[in-house]
Amino acid sequence: MSEHIFEYAPAPESASIVDIRPAYGLFINGEWVDGTDGRSFKSVNPATEEVLAEITEAGPADVDRAVTAARTAFETVWGPMPGRERAKYLFRIARLIQERSRELAVLETIDNGKPIRESRDVDLPLVAAHFFYYAGWADKLPYAGFGPDPRPLGVAGQVIPWNFPLLMLAWKIAPALACGNTVVLKPAETTPLTALAFAEICRQAELPPGVVNIVTGAGETGKALVEHPGVDKVAFTGSTEVGKQIARAVAGTRKRLTLELGGKAANVIFDDAPLDQAVEGVINGIFFNQGHVCCAGSRLLVQETIAEELLERLKARMTTLRVGDPLDKNTDVGAVNSAEQLEKIRTLAQIGEAEGATRWSVPCRLPEQGFWFPPTVFTGVAQSHRIAREEIFGPVLSVLTFRTPAEAVEKANNTPYGLSAGIWTEKGSRILWMAQRMRAGVVWANTFNKFDPAAPFGGYKESGFGREGGRHGLEAYLDV
Amino acid sequence: MSEPTRLAVRKTYKLFIGGAFPRSESGRSYVVHDAKGAFWANASQASRKDARDAVSAARKAFGGWSGRTPYNRGQILYRIAEMLEGRRGQFIEELRTAGAGKAAATAEVDAAIDRWVWYAGWADKLGAVVGSANPVAGPFFNFSTPEPTGVVAVIAPDSPLLGLVSVIAPVIVTGNTCVVVASEPAPLTAITLAEVLATSDLPGGVVNILTGRRAELAPWLAAHMDVNAVDLTGAPADLVPSLEEAAAGNLKRVLRPEGEDWTADPGLGRMTAFVETKTVWHPVGV
Amino acid sequence: MSTETLTDAPGSNAELRAYLHGLPGVDQVGAEERAARLATRSIKTTAKAAAIDLAISMVDLTTLEGADTPGKVRALCAKAMRPDPEDPSVPKVAAVCVYSDLVDVAVRALDGSGIAVASVATAFPAGRAPLEAKLADTRAAVAAGAAEIDMVIDRGAFLSGDYLKVYEEIAAVKQACGDAHLKVILETGELVTYDNVRRASWLAMRAGADFIKTSTGKVSPAATLPVTLVMLEAVRDFRAATGRRVGVKPAGGIRTAKDAIRYLVLVKETAGDDWLTPRRFRIGASSLLNDLLMQRRKLATGVYSGPDYFTLD
Repeated sequence: MSEHIFEYAPAPESASIVDIRPAYGLFINGEWVDGTDGRSFKSVNPATEEVLAEITEAGPADVDRAVTAARTAFETVWGPMPGRERAKYLFRIARLIQERSRELAVLETIDNGKPIRESRDVDLPLVAAHFFYYAGWADKLPYAGFGPDPRPLGVAGQVIPWNFPLLMLAWKIAPALACGNTVVLKPAETTPLTALAFAEICRQAELPPGVVNIVTGAGETGKALVEHPGVDKVAFTGSTEVGKQIARAVAGTRKRLTLELGGKAANVIFDDAPLDQAVEGVINGIFFNQGHVCCAGSRLLVQETIAEELLERLKARMTTLRVGDPLDKNTDVGAVNSAEQLEKIRTLAQIGEAEGATRWSVPCRLPEQGFWFPPTVFTGVAQSHRIAREEIFGPVLSVLTFRTPAEAVEKANNTPYGLSAGIWTEKGSRILWMAQRMRAGVVWANTFNKFDPAAPFGGYKESGFGREGGRHGLEAYLDV
Repeated sequence: MSEPTRLAVRKTYKLFIGGAFPRSESGRSYVVHDAKGAFWANASQASRKDARDAVSAARKAFGGWSGRTPYNRGQILYRIAEMLEGRRGQFIEELRTAGAGKAAATAEVDAAIDRWVWYAGWADKLGAVVGSANPVAGPFFNFSTPEPTGVVAVIAPDSPLLGLVSVIAPVIVTGNTCVVVASEPAPLTAITLAEVLATSDLPGGVVNILTGRRAELAPWLAAHMDVNAVDLTGAPADLVPSLEEAAAGNLKRVLRPEGEDWTADPGLGRMTAFVETKTVWHPVGV
Repeated sequence: MSTETLTDAPGSNAELRAYLHGLPGVDQVGAEERAARLATRSIKTTAKAAAIDLAISMVDLTTLEGADTPGKVRALCAKAMRPDPEDPSVPKVAAVCVYSDLVDVAVRALDGSGIAVASVATAFPAGRAPLEAKLADTRAAVAAGAAEIDMVIDRGAFLSGDYLKVYEEIAAVKQACGDAHLKVILETGELVTYDNVRRASWLAMRAGADFIKTSTGKVSPAATLPVTLVMLEAVRDFRAATGRRVGVKPAGGIRTAKDAIRYLVLVKETAGDDWLTPRRFRIGASSLLNDLLMQRRKLATGVYSGPDYFTLD
């Protein structure tokens, strides 16, 4: 009987669907404008290190222009507009995103390094759904539980990270606009392209000028935005370190603040868990988006009775992960977003080894160009190890064990963070018992890394405050 | 020699059952006149057997429709708004034929489109607004959620488009399916609306529309044991007591509003009238 | 679980029940999500060509109708040996699967071809007959030359918790098979839950199955991706526990090359390359073969083909 070889051939998604301009200005008051001081930076494809475009760095004067435009739009057009009409603009945007979803997915993958399968099947559907969801709230705010006539705050200054560039934009802009605010948004300096494409979508939707303004730049631009006196509301997603700086900066002002920061989530597996799905959950929890996920399940807490068996299954499963070209439709793990992030991951992995934990990385061939880190698991990790405490923000899993539910809770909560947690057991009452005790804003049971515009998301403790998504997500943008 | 004038192709107005457009099994029709009293079209005059078939179609569609995600139902209702917007001119024309002035007809069509948009947004929000996590005294997690009642019979009001949309949309957005008896004097717009529904990814059978005599159809629907609720908005006042009595046969939920203003904020009432509240208890322990 | 426990005959229903219910549960949502994600794998160009030929070589070309005749079976056998008369490079299928009374016809028609004759037995498809009748059915098929027996389990016994009866029937049929390979049909459409599918898989493997098979094709749903995923996990785990490699056969409802390739992806990423052979993976189908041939020709010629260019047998 003949034997056939069946290996996957390359299946690259065509990049020709996107049209990247050589240079981008700032999107202020519905127009593309140059920066005042002529500074710029480059956005790079992290999988190839190829320069994608020259991006304008917005200085304080540009930020001021954007805030002024947002203020005018708020006072003259967007604030007074009936919710029914605002809703229809947001529905238009949702539809335009659906229509252009493949293009946006490819652009996201090129700029960010995430696998096209994820940008296509996760990011973009969620982006459109988020606009769709908040569109529906725009004319229903009196029903949201914040009083009979809740008012918007004014101008929102929003700073978002590079891990889910367009999705984080949606999480910020959709509820802000639905509530009647106008926005100035700063995308991350390594991933500005989809936000700039979104500016075009605002034009296609004929959104009034100044309602959405996009200013590109790095930390200084973000600082200028959150410190601008004309901003009524600051929303930030990113590291806890920067989050604290922002909290200090707005202290003493009347600005409202919501923060969605880092995490070190525990994924707790009991010995009666559905094992195959638990293994998938662990994989999805830490290797989704190269582990660049604030709610990643970066600490695996496994009951000692099944620790060995589970690890064996986990490693076997890890060897089937396909690491490489993010545009290949079969890639599971793509490129690390930047050289800087790669360096941080490497450093913490080295610290893990030096502290005595056992490292195992998937034996896979990594591309020569670009920024790559193989899926990695550390066993024999103790609570005191830095890799058990610090957010690595990469495809690195730390494995710890526990004996009783109480011990699992104690270890899971023993962190300054509190964004998310996972519980795996077939016993319903134990899920709820654990969930009640987890000091985390999102608890997933027998699943992980699930997001929906109807479900609030956000952290306890140093993972930030405020919620995005759901009815609760409106509160951040209403004067309540 | 001048061009001969082109003779218009007229539309046959039929019923809308299970996603198809059948004639009444009875073979009957009745004349509908325009505002000037001239012949406009024949409307199908549905029989009790058509009503029975419509209930079967609605019941068959219920499992699938109520099982869709709320997000998906919202998308479909929004699609209905898009399709209706695309036929805006046609509806304005029909309302004018029925006697409305241009401004009034335009306003009614626009409001009807916006009404679909309003309800589309409720699909994935009503549960968050009327559901609850209940803090019971004991080691239990307890929550309540709204669930669709089932098959709803709707006696539609005479407002031929806005009123009709305002009674259909809140019934189906939560996952119910319905059998609608269109306005008796103004039934044609309902069938044109059915053409919109049929091209909006709405599964066949979710909305079924009958035209005919209310006094003939409503008692059969009110008494039907496989109908779970009845909306009497458009029922003639003299029929209401007997319809309510018939509805008691299987304890149908009955909505009997008075003095509806179709241009006002619709509120939640028409949605909550046709949902059941389900409360779930689950122990909490290791 | 020690190897002895898995090869010893179970002592009682209670013991067997404790053992089967001690297997890890299957979370439905997670299992279906995993299967759906694997279904998005993009198999193109050379990979597609290899997959199509592999799939053809794994087909158990099947006819199981009350209206089957020797003529129908002979036609099917001709197709099995040379699926595309215009292209001798097309591999032959793995087996032809018929009812037991037509085994001799198939054996004669396939003589010397290297294609196995498989026979359904044990009162297929319902399995509602006395054990003696089921064994007689099996022996007759083997005596007529069937190299493979596709038996059905007693779903009624399984669902009522009489696991021992199911076990003993499988073991008895296995014995009646002699050298013939035994495929055990779980009829997953009647077992309904993935927990049941996993338990029935282990029960069948422990009782001696050489293959576990999803469906008769007479019950809907027949084979599905998540059911096959759960069965592939079972054979993978059974091998880890005992060293024995049991095959898997999804059957029913697999009609397109695209479907077939999705199953191969499941095999590759769940049980592994060791199962990517007709010795350990089969696809029970009839109309699938022509679609595989049609897609194969599309790859060769660069233009879409049509059903008129392939034989209907």
